[in-house]
Amino acid sequence: MTEVFPLVIDFLSRSLMLIGALSVLIGGIGVLRMPDIYSRIHAASLTDTMGTIALFSGLMLEAGFALATFKLFAIMVFLLLTGPTATYALANAVLESGSVPAAAKLSDGDDFKGETK
Amino acid sequence: MTIVFALFLLSLLVITALAIVQTRNLFVAVMLLSIFSLLMAANFFVLDAADVALTEAAVGAGVTTVIFLSALTLISGTEKKAPQAGRGVALIVVTITTLLIIYATFDKPRLGDPEAPVHQHVAPFYIENTYELMGFPNVVTAVLASFRGYDTLGEVFVVFAAAIGVLFILDARTGTGPAYGMPEARGLKHHLIPKAVGGLLVPFVLLFGLYVQFHGEYGPGGGFQAGAIVATAIILYAILEGEKAALRAVPRSVLMALVVGGALLYGLVGVVCMLMGGDFLDYSVLLPDPVVGRQVGIIIIEAGVGMAVCGSLLSIFHAFASRRPSRIDHESV
Repeated sequence: MTEVFPLVIDFLSRSLMLIGALSVLIGGIGVLRMPDIYSRIHAASLTDTMGTIALFSGLMLEAGFALATFKLFAIMVFLLLTGPTATYALANAVLESGSVPAAAKLSDGDDFKGETK
Repeated sequence: MTIVFALFLLSLLVITALAIVQTRNLFVAVMLLSIFSLLMAANFFVLDAADVALTEAAVGAGVTTVIFLSALTLISGTEKKAPQAGRGVALIVVTITTLLIIYATFDKPRLGDPEAPVHQHVAPFYIENTYELMGFPNVVTAVLASFRGYDTLGEVFVVFAAAIGVLFILDARTGTGPAYGMPEARGLKHHLIPKAVGGLLVPFVLLFGLYVQFHGEYGPGGGFQAGAIVATAIILYAILEGEKAALRAVPRSVLMALVVGGALLYGLVGVVCMLMGGDFLDYSVLLPDPVVGRQVGIIIIEAGVGMAVCGSLLSIFHAFASRRPSRIDHESV
Protein backbone atom coordinates (compact mmCIF):
# COMPACT_ATOMS: atom_id res chain seq x y z
CA MET A 1 0.00 0.00 0.00
CA THR A 2 2.70 2.47 0.99
CA GLU A 3 4.65 1.71 -2.17
CA VAL A 4 1.69 2.01 -4.51
CA PHE A 5 0.44 5.29 -3.05
CA PRO A 6 3.21 7.59 -4.42
CA LEU A 7 2.81 5.95 -7.82
CA VAL A 8 -0.91 6.67 -7.86
CA ILE A 9 -0.28 10.28 -6.78
CA ASP A 10 2.37 10.65 -9.48
CA PHE A 11 0.07 9.20 -12.11
CA LEU A 12 -2.80 11.46 -11.04
CA SER A 13 -0.71 14.63 -10.92
CA ARG A 14 0.96 13.95 -14.29
CA SER A 15 -2.41 13.23 -15.91
CA LEU A 16 -3.87 16.42 -14.46
CA MET A 17 -0.92 18.48 -15.66
CA LEU A 18 -1.23 16.89 -19.10
CA ILE A 19 -4.93 17.75 -19.21
CA GLY A 20 -4.06 21.31 -18.13
CA ALA A 21 -1.35 21.66 -20.77
CA LEU A 22 -3.74 20.31 -23.42
CA SER A 23 -6.42 22.81 -22.36
CA VAL A 24 -3.94 25.66 -22.69
CA LEU A 25 -2.88 24.35 -26.11
CA ILE A 26 -6.48 23.99 -27.29
CA GLY A 27 -7.21 27.48 -25.98
CA GLY A 28 -4.26 28.84 -27.94
CA ILE A 29 -5.32 27.08 -31.14
CA GLY A 30 -8.87 28.32 -30.60
CA VAL A 31 -7.72 31.94 -30.29
CA LEU A 32 -6.04 31.63 -33.67
CA ARG A 33 -8.72 29.61 -35.46
CA MET A 34 -12.10 30.78 -34.16
CA PRO A 35 -14.20 32.92 -36.53
CA ASP A 36 -15.09 36.00 -34.44
CA ILE A 37 -13.92 37.76 -31.31
CA TYR A 38 -16.56 36.27 -28.99
CA SER A 39 -15.68 32.69 -29.83
CA ARG A 40 -12.00 33.62 -29.55
CA ILE A 41 -12.60 34.97 -26.05
CA HIS A 42 -14.46 31.76 -25.28
CA ALA A 43 -11.47 29.71 -26.45
CA ALA A 44 -9.05 31.85 -24.45
CA SER A 45 -11.15 31.48 -21.32
CA LEU A 46 -10.50 27.73 -21.45
CA THR A 47 -6.91 28.54 -20.39
CA ASP A 48 -8.16 30.56 -17.42
CA THR A 49 -10.50 27.92 -16.03
CA MET A 50 -9.82 24.35 -17.16
CA GLY A 51 -6.09 24.97 -17.66
CA THR A 52 -5.69 26.66 -14.29
CA ILE A 53 -7.65 24.06 -12.34
CA ALA A 54 -5.97 21.03 -13.92
CA LEU A 55 -2.41 22.41 -13.87
CA PHE A 56 -2.61 23.69 -10.30
CA SER A 57 -4.32 20.55 -8.98
CA GLY A 58 -1.54 18.52 -10.56
CA LEU A 59 1.13 20.75 -9.03
CA MET A 60 -0.56 20.63 -5.62
CA LEU A 61 -0.66 16.81 -5.69
CA GLU A 62 3.02 16.81 -6.61
CA ALA A 63 3.95 19.25 -3.81
CA GLY A 64 2.24 17.14 -1.14
CA PHE A 65 1.16 18.57 2.19
CA ALA A 66 3.44 21.63 2.38
CA LEU A 67 3.43 25.42 2.42
CA ALA A 68 3.89 25.37 -1.35
CA THR A 69 0.53 23.61 -1.70
CA PHE A 70 -1.23 26.39 0.15
CA LYS A 71 0.51 29.03 -1.96
CA LEU A 72 -0.46 27.15 -5.15
CA PHE A 73 -4.03 26.96 -3.90
CA ALA A 74 -4.08 30.69 -3.18
CA ILE A 75 -2.71 31.47 -6.66
CA MET A 76 -5.30 29.12 -8.20
CA VAL A 77 -8.17 30.84 -6.40
CA PHE A 78 -6.81 34.23 -7.43
CA LEU A 79 -6.56 33.16 -11.08
CA LEU A 80 -10.01 31.55 -10.99
CA LEU A 81 -11.46 34.82 -9.67
CA THR A 82 -9.64 37.20 -12.01
CA GLY A 83 -9.57 35.16 -15.24
CA PRO A 84 -13.31 34.74 -15.83
CA THR A 85 -13.92 38.31 -14.63
CA ALA A 86 -11.43 39.62 -17.18
CA THR A 87 -13.10 37.46 -19.83
CA TYR A 88 -16.49 38.90 -18.91
CA ALA A 89 -15.16 42.47 -18.91
CA LEU A 90 -13.52 41.95 -22.30
CA ALA A 91 -16.63 40.41 -23.88
CA ASN A 92 -18.79 43.13 -22.37
CA ALA A 93 -16.51 45.87 -23.70
CA VAL A 94 -16.60 44.29 -27.16
CA LEU A 95 -20.40 44.08 -27.06
CA GLU A 96 -20.72 47.71 -25.93
CA SER A 97 -18.41 48.83 -28.72
CA GLY A 98 -21.03 47.47 -31.14
CA SER A 99 -19.58 44.21 -32.40
CA VAL A 100 -22.28 41.66 -33.25
CA PRO A 101 -21.55 37.98 -32.55
CA ALA A 102 -21.19 35.84 -35.65
CA ALA A 103 -23.69 33.31 -34.26
CA ALA A 104 -26.35 36.01 -33.76
CA LYS A 105 -25.86 37.15 -37.34
CA LEU A 106 -26.21 33.58 -38.52
CA SER A 107 -29.49 32.99 -36.72
CA ASP A 108 -30.89 36.30 -38.01
CA GLY A 109 -30.37 35.04 -41.51
CA ASP A 110 -27.87 37.79 -42.31
CA ASP A 111 -24.96 37.00 -44.55
CA PHE A 112 -22.38 35.14 -42.49
CA LYS A 113 -18.90 34.98 -43.91
CA GLY A 114 -17.25 33.62 -40.80
CA GLU A 115 -15.71 36.96 -39.87
CA THR A 116 -16.66 40.23 -38.27
CA LYS A 117 -14.97 43.54 -38.54
CA MET B 1 15.84 23.49 -19.32
CA THR B 2 16.18 26.95 -17.76
CA ILE B 3 18.29 28.15 -20.67
CA VAL B 4 15.65 26.98 -23.17
CA PHE B 5 12.99 28.83 -21.22
CA ALA B 6 15.18 31.95 -21.02
CA LEU B 7 15.85 31.87 -24.77
CA PHE B 8 12.12 31.43 -25.45
CA LEU B 9 11.30 34.44 -23.24
CA LEU B 10 14.03 36.54 -24.86
CA SER B 11 12.75 35.73 -28.37
CA LEU B 12 9.25 36.74 -27.28
CA LEU B 13 10.74 39.99 -25.93
CA VAL B 14 12.31 40.77 -29.31
CA ILE B 15 9.04 40.00 -31.12
CA THR B 16 7.08 42.21 -28.72
CA ALA B 17 9.59 45.05 -29.05
CA LEU B 18 9.35 44.91 -32.87
CA ALA B 19 5.54 44.88 -32.64
CA ILE B 20 5.61 47.97 -30.36
CA VAL B 21 7.72 49.84 -32.91
CA GLN B 22 5.52 48.68 -35.79
CA THR B 23 2.05 49.51 -34.50
CA ARG B 24 0.51 52.96 -35.03
CA ASN B 25 -2.38 52.29 -32.66
CA LEU B 26 -1.32 53.62 -29.28
CA PHE B 27 -3.77 51.44 -27.34
CA VAL B 28 -2.19 48.35 -28.89
CA ALA B 29 1.25 49.78 -28.12
CA VAL B 30 0.33 50.24 -24.44
CA MET B 31 -0.96 46.66 -24.21
CA LEU B 32 2.21 45.37 -25.88
CA LEU B 33 4.33 47.41 -23.46
CA SER B 34 2.51 45.73 -20.60
CA ILE B 35 3.23 42.31 -22.13
CA PHE B 36 6.85 43.39 -22.61
CA SER B 37 7.13 44.23 -18.90
CA LEU B 38 5.57 40.94 -17.89
CA LEU B 39 8.01 39.02 -20.12
CA MET B 40 10.85 41.07 -18.66
CA ALA B 41 9.67 40.18 -15.15
CA ALA B 42 9.63 36.49 -16.09
CA ASN B 43 13.14 36.92 -17.50
CA PHE B 44 14.36 38.51 -14.26
CA PHE B 45 12.83 35.64 -12.36
CA VAL B 46 14.62 33.08 -14.56
CA LEU B 47 17.83 34.94 -13.69
CA ASP B 48 16.95 34.53 -9.95
CA ALA B 49 16.39 38.28 -9.49
CA ALA B 50 13.10 37.91 -7.64
CA ASP B 51 13.13 41.44 -6.17
CA VAL B 52 13.57 43.09 -9.57
CA ALA B 53 11.00 40.74 -11.11
CA LEU B 54 8.44 41.79 -8.51
CA THR B 55 9.15 45.49 -9.16
CA GLU B 56 8.91 45.05 -12.92
CA ALA B 57 5.65 43.12 -12.67
CA ALA B 58 4.03 45.57 -10.25
CA VAL B 59 5.26 48.85 -11.76
CA GLY B 60 5.91 48.00 -15.41
CA ALA B 61 3.05 45.65 -16.14
CA GLY B 62 0.60 47.01 -13.56
CA VAL B 63 0.64 50.67 -12.63
CA THR B 64 2.32 52.19 -15.71
CA THR B 65 -0.18 50.46 -18.00
CA VAL B 66 -3.06 52.13 -16.16
CA ILE B 67 -1.26 55.49 -16.18
CA PHE B 68 -0.56 55.14 -19.93
CA LEU B 69 -4.21 54.27 -20.55
CA SER B 70 -5.44 57.26 -18.56
CA ALA B 71 -3.00 59.43 -20.51
CA LEU B 72 -4.35 57.94 -23.77
CA THR B 73 -7.87 59.16 -22.97
CA LEU B 74 -6.50 62.72 -23.14
CA ILE B 75 -4.88 62.42 -26.56
CA SER B 76 -5.57 60.92 -29.96
CA GLY B 77 -5.37 57.15 -30.22
CA THR B 78 -3.06 56.87 -33.21
CA GLU B 79 0.54 57.80 -33.73
CA LYS B 80 1.34 60.47 -36.33
CA LYS B 81 3.55 59.50 -39.25
CA ALA B 82 7.15 60.28 -38.43
CA PRO B 83 8.94 62.66 -40.83
CA GLN B 84 10.88 60.78 -43.49
CA ALA B 85 13.88 63.12 -43.46
CA GLY B 86 16.89 61.94 -41.49
CA ARG B 87 15.96 58.27 -41.56
CA GLY B 88 19.18 57.36 -43.33
CA VAL B 89 21.25 58.97 -40.58
CA ALA B 90 19.18 57.19 -37.92
CA LEU B 91 19.66 53.86 -39.70
CA ILE B 92 23.44 54.35 -39.84
CA VAL B 93 23.62 55.30 -36.13
CA VAL B 94 21.48 52.31 -35.12
CA THR B 95 23.52 49.90 -37.26
CA ILE B 96 26.83 51.10 -35.84
CA THR B 97 25.52 50.96 -32.25
CA THR B 98 24.14 47.46 -32.77
CA LEU B 99 27.43 46.22 -34.24
CA LEU B 100 29.35 47.79 -31.34
CA ILE B 101 27.08 46.15 -28.78
CA ILE B 102 27.35 42.77 -30.50
CA TYR B 103 31.15 43.22 -30.58
CA ALA B 104 31.12 44.09 -26.86
CA THR B 105 29.25 40.88 -26.01
CA PHE B 106 32.26 38.83 -27.20
CA ASP B 107 34.13 40.04 -24.10
CA LYS B 108 31.17 39.44 -21.80
CA PRO B 109 31.74 36.70 -19.18
CA ARG B 110 29.43 33.70 -19.36
CA LEU B 111 26.11 33.92 -17.47
CA GLY B 112 26.69 33.07 -13.81
CA ASP B 113 30.48 32.89 -14.14
CA PRO B 114 31.86 33.30 -10.59
CA GLU B 115 35.10 34.75 -11.98
CA ALA B 116 33.29 37.62 -13.70
CA PRO B 117 34.47 41.09 -12.57
CA VAL B 118 31.02 41.99 -11.22
CA HIS B 119 31.23 39.08 -8.78
CA GLN B 120 34.75 40.01 -7.68
CA HIS B 121 34.34 43.66 -6.70
CA VAL B 122 32.05 44.40 -3.73
CA ALA B 123 29.54 41.57 -4.12
CA PRO B 124 31.53 39.04 -1.97
CA PHE B 125 31.66 41.59 0.85
CA TYR B 126 27.87 42.07 0.71
CA ILE B 127 27.19 38.34 0.60
CA GLU B 128 29.59 37.51 3.44
CA ASN B 129 28.60 40.34 5.76
CA THR B 130 24.85 40.76 5.28
CA TYR B 131 23.81 38.17 7.83
CA GLU B 132 26.50 39.19 10.31
CA LEU B 133 25.75 42.93 10.14
CA MET B 134 21.97 42.95 9.55
CA GLY B 135 20.76 39.63 10.91
CA PHE B 136 18.48 38.87 7.95
CA PRO B 137 19.07 36.84 4.77
CA ASN B 138 17.90 39.04 1.86
CA VAL B 139 21.12 40.54 0.49
CA VAL B 140 19.19 42.69 -2.01
CA THR B 141 17.36 44.53 0.78
CA ALA B 142 20.61 44.95 2.70
CA VAL B 143 22.39 46.43 -0.33
CA LEU B 144 19.45 48.62 -1.26
CA ALA B 145 18.61 49.97 2.17
CA SER B 146 21.90 49.98 4.01
CA PHE B 147 25.12 49.33 2.06
CA ARG B 148 24.00 51.63 -0.74
CA GLY B 149 21.47 53.67 1.22
CA TYR B 150 22.61 56.94 -0.39
CA ASP B 151 21.64 55.64 -3.85
CA THR B 152 18.20 54.64 -2.64
CA LEU B 153 17.76 58.03 -0.97
CA GLY B 154 18.55 59.56 -4.36
CA GLU B 155 15.98 57.28 -6.01
CA VAL B 156 13.31 58.32 -3.53
CA PHE B 157 14.04 61.97 -4.31
CA VAL B 158 13.79 61.19 -8.03
CA VAL B 159 10.35 59.63 -7.43
CA PHE B 160 9.41 62.66 -5.33
CA ALA B 161 10.58 65.07 -8.05
CA ALA B 162 8.70 63.09 -10.73
CA ALA B 163 5.44 63.30 -8.78
CA ILE B 164 5.88 67.04 -8.19
CA GLY B 165 6.74 67.56 -11.87
CA VAL B 166 3.70 65.69 -13.17
CA LEU B 167 1.42 67.54 -10.75
CA PHE B 168 2.82 70.90 -11.93
CA ILE B 169 2.38 70.04 -15.61
CA LEU B 170 -1.12 68.57 -15.29
CA ASP B 171 -2.25 71.26 -12.85
CA ALA B 172 -4.17 69.12 -10.38
CA ARG B 173 -4.71 71.84 -7.82
CA THR B 174 -8.45 71.48 -7.49
CA GLY B 175 -10.07 68.44 -5.96
CA THR B 176 -13.00 68.64 -8.38
CA GLY B 177 -11.58 68.44 -11.90
CA PRO B 178 -13.67 68.86 -15.04
CA ALA B 179 -14.04 65.10 -15.48
CA TYR B 180 -16.53 64.78 -12.61
CA GLY B 181 -20.06 64.26 -13.70
CA MET B 182 -18.96 62.48 -16.83
CA PRO B 183 -20.00 58.84 -17.20
CA GLU B 184 -16.34 57.73 -17.02
CA ALA B 185 -16.00 59.19 -13.52
CA ARG B 186 -18.62 56.79 -12.19
CA GLY B 187 -16.37 53.77 -12.61
CA LEU B 188 -17.75 50.32 -13.27
CA LYS B 189 -20.64 50.59 -10.82
CA HIS B 190 -23.14 49.31 -13.37
CA HIS B 191 -21.00 46.24 -14.09
CA LEU B 192 -21.90 43.87 -11.30
CA ILE B 193 -19.36 41.08 -11.88
CA PRO B 194 -16.15 43.16 -12.08
CA LYS B 195 -17.39 45.25 -9.17
CA ALA B 196 -18.09 42.25 -6.94
CA VAL B 197 -14.91 40.34 -7.77
CA GLY B 198 -12.71 43.44 -7.75
CA GLY B 199 -14.14 44.60 -4.45
CA LEU B 200 -13.39 41.15 -3.06
CA LEU B 201 -9.77 41.36 -4.22
CA VAL B 202 -8.87 44.89 -3.07
CA PRO B 203 -8.33 44.02 0.63
CA PHE B 204 -6.24 40.98 -0.27
CA VAL B 205 -4.06 43.03 -2.64
CA LEU B 206 -3.58 45.60 0.15
CA LEU B 207 -2.68 42.82 2.58
CA PHE B 208 -0.20 41.39 0.10
CA GLY B 209 1.31 44.86 -0.29
CA LEU B 210 1.84 45.11 3.47
CA TYR B 211 3.34 41.60 3.48
CA VAL B 212 5.78 42.56 0.73
CA GLN B 213 6.61 45.77 2.63
CA PHE B 214 7.37 44.20 5.99
CA HIS B 215 8.68 40.84 4.81
CA GLY B 216 11.26 42.47 2.51
CA GLU B 217 14.14 41.56 4.82
CA TYR B 218 13.38 37.84 4.55
CA GLY B 219 11.75 37.36 1.16
CA PRO B 220 11.74 39.25 -2.11
CA GLY B 221 10.20 42.67 -1.80
CA GLY B 222 10.52 45.94 0.00
CA GLY B 223 9.32 49.51 -0.20
CA PHE B 224 9.33 49.98 -3.97
CA GLN B 225 7.33 46.82 -4.68
CA ALA B 226 4.95 47.32 -1.77
CA GLY B 227 4.28 50.94 -2.72
CA ALA B 228 3.42 49.87 -6.26
CA ILE B 229 1.18 47.00 -5.09
CA VAL B 230 -0.76 49.21 -2.66
CA ALA B 231 -1.11 51.80 -5.43
CA THR B 232 -2.53 49.09 -7.75
CA ALA B 233 -5.11 48.13 -5.14
CA ILE B 234 -6.32 51.73 -4.82
CA ILE B 235 -6.28 52.23 -8.61
CA LEU B 236 -8.41 49.08 -8.91
CA TYR B 237 -10.81 50.62 -6.40
CA ALA B 238 -10.82 53.83 -8.46
CA ILE B 239 -11.61 51.90 -11.65
CA LEU B 240 -14.44 50.02 -9.94
CA GLU B 241 -16.07 52.76 -7.90
CA GLY B 242 -15.02 55.85 -9.79
CA GLU B 243 -12.20 58.27 -9.16
CA LYS B 244 -14.24 60.32 -6.72
CA ALA B 245 -14.73 57.36 -4.38
CA ALA B 246 -11.00 56.62 -4.47
CA LEU B 247 -10.24 60.23 -3.62
CA ARG B 248 -12.73 60.02 -0.76
CA ALA B 249 -10.90 56.94 0.54
CA VAL B 250 -7.43 58.41 0.03
CA PRO B 251 -7.69 62.20 -0.40
CA ARG B 252 -5.12 64.28 -2.27
CA SER B 253 -3.83 65.75 0.99
CA VAL B 254 -3.01 62.23 2.22
CA LEU B 255 -1.28 61.45 -1.08
CA MET B 256 0.83 64.61 -0.82
CA ALA B 257 1.63 63.76 2.80
CA LEU B 258 2.73 60.28 1.68
CA VAL B 259 5.01 61.64 -1.05
CA VAL B 260 6.57 64.36 1.09
CA GLY B 261 6.50 62.32 4.29
CA GLY B 262 8.19 59.32 2.68
CA ALA B 263 11.10 61.36 1.36
CA LEU B 264 11.33 63.30 4.64
CA LEU B 265 11.22 60.13 6.76
CA TYR B 266 14.14 58.65 4.82
CA GLY B 267 16.20 61.83 5.12
CA LEU B 268 15.31 62.28 8.80
CA VAL B 269 16.55 58.78 9.67
CA GLY B 270 19.90 59.84 8.21
CA VAL B 271 19.93 63.08 10.21
CA VAL B 272 18.97 61.25 13.42
CA CYS B 273 21.87 58.85 12.79
CA MET B 274 24.18 61.88 12.56
CA LEU B 275 22.75 63.40 15.74
CA MET B 276 23.33 60.14 17.58
CA GLY B 277 27.00 60.21 16.68
CA GLY B 278 27.17 58.07 13.55
CA ASP B 279 27.53 58.87 9.86
CA PHE B 280 24.58 59.89 7.67
CA LEU B 281 22.36 56.76 7.24
CA ASP B 282 24.60 54.66 9.53
CA TYR B 283 21.75 52.90 11.32
CA SER B 284 23.93 50.96 13.77
CA VAL B 285 23.91 53.87 16.23
CA LEU B 286 20.11 54.00 16.48
CA LEU B 287 19.91 51.31 19.18
CA PRO B 288 22.46 49.90 21.65
CA ASP B 289 22.68 46.66 19.64
CA PRO B 290 24.06 47.66 16.22
CA VAL B 291 22.43 44.69 14.41
CA VAL B 292 18.96 45.52 15.77
CA GLY B 293 19.67 49.21 15.12
CA ARG B 294 20.35 48.45 11.46
CA GLN B 295 17.18 46.36 11.22
CA VAL B 296 15.08 49.16 12.72
CA GLY B 297 16.69 51.74 10.45
CA ILE B 298 16.03 49.59 7.38
CA ILE B 299 12.39 49.02 8.35
CA ILE B 300 11.86 52.77 8.79
CA ILE B 301 13.51 53.80 5.53
CA GLU B 302 11.71 51.01 3.64
CA ALA B 303 8.47 52.44 5.01
CA GLY B 304 9.57 55.83 3.72
CA VAL B 305 10.30 54.37 0.28
CA GLY B 306 6.91 52.60 0.23
CA MET B 307 5.05 55.78 1.22
CA ALA B 308 6.84 57.90 -1.40
CA VAL B 309 6.32 55.37 -4.23
CA CYS B 310 2.66 54.72 -3.36
CA GLY B 311 1.87 58.42 -3.00
CA SER B 312 3.66 59.36 -6.23
CA LEU B 313 2.04 56.66 -8.37
CA LEU B 314 -1.42 57.52 -7.05
CA SER B 315 -0.95 61.29 -7.47
CA ILE B 316 0.21 60.74 -11.06
CA PHE B 317 -2.78 58.46 -11.71
CA HIS B 318 -5.22 61.02 -10.27
CA ALA B 319 -3.54 63.85 -12.18
CA PHE B 320 -4.37 62.05 -15.44
CA ALA B 321 -7.72 60.61 -14.41
CA SER B 322 -9.24 63.90 -13.22
CA ARG B 323 -8.94 65.55 -16.63
CA ARG B 324 -11.65 65.60 -19.27
CA PRO B 325 -11.05 62.90 -21.87
CA SER B 326 -10.95 63.90 -25.53
CA ARG B 327 -13.60 62.43 -27.80
CA ILE B 328 -11.90 63.29 -31.07
CA ASP B 329 -10.96 59.89 -32.26
CA HIS B 330 -12.68 57.41 -30.19
CA GLU B 331 -13.33 55.10 -33.13
CA SER B 332 -9.69 54.49 -33.87
CA VAL B 333 -8.92 53.38 -30.30
